[in-house]
Amino acid sequence: MSHSLVNWFKYASPASFYPLAGRLIPYFASAAAVLGAIGLWIGLLFAPTDAQQGEGYRIIFVHVPASWMSMFVYCIMAFWSALGLAFKTRLSGMMTAALAPTGALFAFLSLWTGALWGKPMWGAWWVWDARLTSQLILFFLYLGFIALQSAIDDPRRADKAGALLALVGVINVPIIYFSVQWWNTLHQGASVSMTKAPSMAHTMLAGMLVMALAFWAYTIAIALMRVRCIMLERELSSEWVKRNATE
Amino acid sequence: MQWNNWNDFLHMGGYAVYVWGSFGACALGMLLEPWLLKRRRHAILARLSGQENVQ
Repeated sequence: MSHSLVNWFKYASPASFYPLAGRLIPYFASAAAVLGAIGLWIGLLFAPTDAQQGEGYRIIFVHVPASWMSMFVYCIMAFWSALGLAFKTRLSGMMTAALAPTGALFAFLSLWTGALWGKPMWGAWWVWDARLTSQLILFFLYLGFIALQSAIDDPRRADKAGALLALVGVINVPIIYFSVQWWNTLHQGASVSMTKAPSMAHTMLAGMLVMALAFWAYTIAIALMRVRCIMLERELSSEWVKRNATE
Repeated sequence: MQWNNWNDFLHMGGYAVYVWGSFGACALGMLLEPWLLKRRRHAILARLSGQENVQ
């Protein structure tokens, strides 16, 4: 027990996490590329045409994974923030900061692909519906987090302020997720549910899940790449950076 | 395979603008982000090797 705790905390220090992250990046990056290729192959070439939405439904193969990731990433940021506030580990704040831009990208892509789906299916790029509005708020929370952190020069204080925002904002994630049940919205219900059999063809479901895994792998690879940059920038003058940076 | 020919595939049953607009935006974002990070890393490493030369 105590042995595993020691090992765990060893990787909480930037000097030992930096090389570990560097070794992990190629695996996650290749997984993202391979899974992405398989997902696109299933989604664009093999999944059957939807009876109601024709070929337009294929947008879900990027829309759903991007939306899921935008919510997951925020939850992971909240998790790292809680850890950072509780244990004051430097790595927590760096991980939170490393995830935010990718979460913002996915929140934006979710809104963008949603608009491109809404126009032909609903006849409107945008409606002020509960699902769409709460997702827009998520995008603004990401932008707010990034702006807040970049406005504070001292990294420790920036991490603390960001962690508070991430923890308060995470209340929005269940609101997004359950918005389609709590309110009468235009947005269709959950595509995949734990309690019901999936409401779509198996090939469609497979394509969507493979794309979701690809987005996961992409997010991990990107977060590790960014956290390595953040570590170097923050600790530019420390000894380990001078030793390790060129590896 | 759902498509008989290349044109059918590109046409996407009349939804070409919406489908390719979505996949294109995702591809653009997810290629741009790693590219920007590589540039950021190179900039830091350049600064680091500059420091060494000064010292």
